[in-house]
Amino acid sequence: MNPEPTESPEEEQEAQGRPIGRRVLLGTLGLGALGVVSAPVLQKGMDGFLGAVSGKDPTGLTGLLPNGGGFRYYSVTASVPNRNAQNYRLTVDGLVDRPATYTLADLRAMPQTRLVKDVQCVTGWRVPGTPFEGVRLSRLLDAAGVRAKAGAVRFTCFDGAYTESLTLDQARRSDILVALRMQDKPLGHDHGGPVRLYVAPMYFYKSAKWLSGITVTEDVKPGYWEDRGYDVDAWVGKSNGRDDDPTS
Amino acid sequence: MTLRAEAHAPATEPSSRVRRFGRTDRWVHRTTAALMGICVATAACLYIPEFAELVGRRQLVVRIHELAGVALPVPVLFGLFSRGFRVNLGFLNRFGPHDRVWVRGALLRDKRRSARPADKFNAGQKIYANWIAGASLVMLGTGLMMWFTHLTPIMWRTSATFVHDWLALTIGIVLGGHIGMALGDPEARAGLRTGKVSREWAKREHPLWKP
Repeated sequence: MNPEPTESPEEEQEAQGRPIGRRVLLGTLGLGALGVVSAPVLQKGMDGFLGAVSGKDPTGLTGLLPNGGGFRYYSVTASVPNRNAQNYRLTVDGLVDRPATYTLADLRAMPQTRLVKDVQCVTGWRVPGTPFEGVRLSRLLDAAGVRAKAGAVRFTCFDGAYTESLTLDQARRSDILVALRMQDKPLGHDHGGPVRLYVAPMYFYKSAKWLSGITVTEDVKPGYWEDRGYDVDAWVGKSNGRDDDPTS
Repeated sequence: MTLRAEAHAPATEPSSRVRRFGRTDRWVHRTTAALMGICVATAACLYIPEFAELVGRRQLVVRIHELAGVALPVPVLFGLFSRGFRVNLGFLNRFGPHDRVWVRGALLRDKRRSARPADKFNAGQKIYANWIAGASLVMLGTGLMMWFTHLTPIMWRTSATFVHDWLALTIGIVLGGHIGMALGDPEARAGLRTGKVSREWAKREHPLWKP
């Protein structure tokens, strides 16, 4: 590979000097390890700081920083169809006495509940005090008349791939909404609009975007990310090996 | 390229070009750059909302990112079979008294040639090479912790994600500087493309290097 003879001036030069390069390399590795060990403390400080700064940042640049105090867009499919007031439908079926299909107008005409809580993603980011508004899931279940042998609720989405599920007891909690509004605005497409699930006490992957179907079933069937290793009972702070402060 | 080289030294003969990089050096750089490019591009599609919305397909993008990341150190490991490559690593490792002068000159923004003495690689290149090697290994380690979550306590995944995120941002900036400086020095790029540089450039940029 090297045509030069062994006694080339290059190789004589090479032996001189102190091995500082190696120290830079090992030092970088050490800092990385130290970063992993001290991450919980660093992250708390960083989140607090960025959360405060991003509120007053007109450029929006802080949103690009890791955990920069905003939402991140995750979609598991290549593209998601748009649904609007004309063509959006939510079906409720399965082990119910009165299966139903709701339009956006139907849902808007029902009593609305507004909750303001933190949003916690299982990958670490947290968005404080985010208002969600919509119809309580328990109200839709009651309207459909859940049969006695039912034990769980399964959610499907019009992106064609995402699924989620809750036990019937979880689904009847008062802090679980079929959300139509977020941050006091109608839910946009990127945030899962026009209608998404909002499961306040659990990690945000439970809050399925682009909700199109609610099916009452006997048993819980793990959802999309749960088939890929996430916990089914995704209580914030008590699952997925994390210790975040509870959100609800 | 040749036009530019002639503009620097009109009398440039092929013989007055000196050998700077061997074939192994060039291929290691090329393949590492390509893999790093894939890592950065896929990372952008995972992190930056606008790109994430454009591309979607989160699982596929994650898989490409993981494979490119794991492959990143492979070209360098292959390069170790080449004596010429190992000699160059030796140059990048060893710092002499002139490197201290170079660092001071760079910190004080002293652009005079006497303030920037360098052997085959200047102190900035040495620090960059070793830092990016260490940083890539940290990215590899934290990346593996995020990928194979069952290998480490799951609590560590969050910590690994935190380090991976911030180091990614840092690498993005430093890599931008690396590419920017290469864009500003056509003869340095020619060195990595053809393996040879003009003797005049070598004297000017690397006065202590005896090729």
